[in-house]
Amino acid sequence: MITYVFDGSFEGLLTAIFEFYEYKPKAVQLFWDRHYQPSMLEEPHIVTSDPAKADRVWKGLKKKISPEWLFNFYRTYLSEDPVIFQHLFEFARYVFDNPPGAENNFGNPHVMAVSKMNRMVGREKHRFTAFIRFQQTTDSIYYAPAEPDFNILPLISSFFKKRFADQKWVIYDVKRKYGLYYDLNTVEIISYEFIQNVDTSKPLLPANMLDEKEELADVLWKDYYKSTNIPARKNMKLHIQYLPKRYWKYLNEKHEKN
Amino acid sequence: MYDRIREKLSILADAAKYDVSCSSSGSNRKNDNKGLGNSHASGICHTYTEDGRCVSLLKILLTNHCIYDCAFCVSRKSNDIKRAAFTVQEVVDLTISFYRRNYIEGLFLSSGIFKDADFTMERLLRIVKKLRLEERFNGYIHLKTIPGASRELLTEAGLYADRMSINLEMPTETGLKLLAPDKSHEEVKKPLGFIQNTITQYKDEKKTGLIKSIPKFVPAGQSTQMVIGATPETDMEIMYSAAEYYKNFKLKRVYYSGYIPISYDSRMPQIGSQPPLLRENRLYQTDSLMRFYGFEVHELLNPNNPHLDTDIDPKLSWALRNPEQFPVDINTADYRMILRIPGIGTQSALKIIKARKFGKLRSDQLKKIGVAYNRAKFFMRCADTPYQLNDPEPSHIKGLILSETNSKYLKVAQNQLSLF
Ligand code: SF4
Repeated sequence: MITYVFDGSFEGLLTAIFEFYEYKPKAVQLFWDRHYQPSMLEEPHIVTSDPAKADRVWKGLKKKISPEWLFNFYRTYLSEDPVIFQHLFEFARYVFDNPPGAENNFGNPHVMAVSKMNRMVGREKHRFTAFIRFQQTTDSIYYAPAEPDFNILPLISSFFKKRFADQKWVIYDVKRKYGLYYDLNTVEIISYEFIQNVDTSKPLLPANMLDEKEELADVLWKDYYKSTNIPARKNMKLHIQYLPKRYWKYLNEKHEKN
Repeated sequence: MYDRIREKLSILADAAKYDVSCSSSGSNRKNDNKGLGNSHASGICHTYTEDGRCVSLLKILLTNHCIYDCAFCVSRKSNDIKRAAFTVQEVVDLTISFYRRNYIEGLFLSSGIFKDADFTMERLLRIVKKLRLEERFNGYIHLKTIPGASRELLTEAGLYADRMSINLEMPTETGLKLLAPDKSHEEVKKPLGFIQNTITQYKDEKKTGLIKSIPKFVPAGQSTQMVIGATPETDMEIMYSAAEYYKNFKLKRVYYSGYIPISYDSRMPQIGSQPPLLRENRLYQTDSLMRFYGFEVHELLNPNNPHLDTDIDPKLSWALRNPEQFPVDINTADYRMILRIPGIGTQSALKIIKARKFGKLRSDQLKKIGVAYNRAKFFMRCADTPYQLNDPEPSHIKGLILSETNSKYLKVAQNQLSLF
């Protein structure tokens, strides 16, 4: 068993897979450098992300697995989960070493683990197409902060671009400290500087940054949410199952009474 | 300062909420005019109510004024409640302002009938037209068909709406006559049939390829709703009626809405009695067995079994009544039979079919695939199933399964009963 340490990037992961076939060790334990504790007993192999190597692995995967699985492979990577990185590594080895179609063997533990996480990331993505809440600012940019469990901004970008084609918007990942900005033409990745006047620890922008129509929209939405409720059917367990509490911070309808 | 519009919204959203449909699925209107919004084939729930219902659309009435007096309806003429009406512009503004903030997928617009059917339908049409043409809104629009409205108005509305629906209200004609003597299922069937024919026409024209861009006509199809528990129909009557409408009008959905008492009318359950949530749930389960699991309605309900079991779900109940169909061998059976095994859903069934090409499946793999093995094991065999001389009795299996599962609905239903 040899230890591979990589930088956590997608390119790094693919490079690690390349270097497995380059050096052919028996087995590899893959570490994200962020979580790696050096020890005296072993000399790890440091994987340096290499676009050329990554590209070859990506093309190789493309030949082996369906476009859907290729996308799932990337999507699963966005979980940023160290255990899943290992599974993705083993998954790639498994499909490279077997005849085409191996990715459908749900009896294989790596296929199963990847497909399970793929579903979880997919669900998180879907949730954020639903739970993003924009606030209209004085300069007519619609702003939404978010704290998704997984790094799903790359997955929702085109959804919001298509849907809100005629309004400028920003979606900012508060945890990962980067965001998306749509300027009516393209979506750009933005860093913290772009919104430096905003206190990102607060879910709501201060009144002086908001468009005058924002207050009424917010009040009416809360009213509407309240009126959809049918007290005779109340079932909080089900409610929280569908709308877990960790998402409430950014859902204005779940904020305390106005 | 917002009092007036807030009051209107609260009255007209409140009156609309008994229509349970909130689906925003089945349409695929694209945003290719660089306008606002699009609609997604699978639909999106933007939030959930405290009873776990999906909130996807801004669901409102244009007005709750009504010239009719249907006993089961809050907006009925004789009911002493506050009345209100939105202007066309108010509905448009609300929809756009909610949509731009990603609160909703679109609008579900219904209305009480003021003056007459055409007058009402014409007003609804003005709203959807304004949204589509002036605001260039491509989000989802579900529009109520007003019974009795002219074909011209319905045809035009269909060009702008994604879905149209018209409610049966009560599962049978007899039930409906009892509570709303002025109404009939005939006047529901007429527009349902007319709109369905027009949908088919547009589709056929598209197939011929003669005309380049055929406009969309009600692309998400039609749906209907029945109120459950206000009138004395059996589960069998309810589901046979649903099956008939699915078949005759190619409906996308039938909704079952447990009656929530809203009046002291002696013909119906009294205010304060609990809505039949467990029953409603069992009906939905039956509905999905018909739509996704290949069951015929008479397999699940028939004169020998006119009621769905309350303690177990309809799929398990069917399996226990048909022991000769089991056990099913996971590694050889066809998809249709695998789907019929209690504890296996459509997703797991598909995975099983794919995975078994790589070798016979064992129980540990089935569990990973997502099979509820503790339930399924009584009805199936896999690579490591021990050989059994005689199959256990259905009643014995039922006992074993029940002792392990606690239906959440059963619990709710029981403690609700104990309140009285
Ligand atoms: S016609 Fe419709 S709105 Fe009017 S009372 Fe009957 S169900 Fe209610």
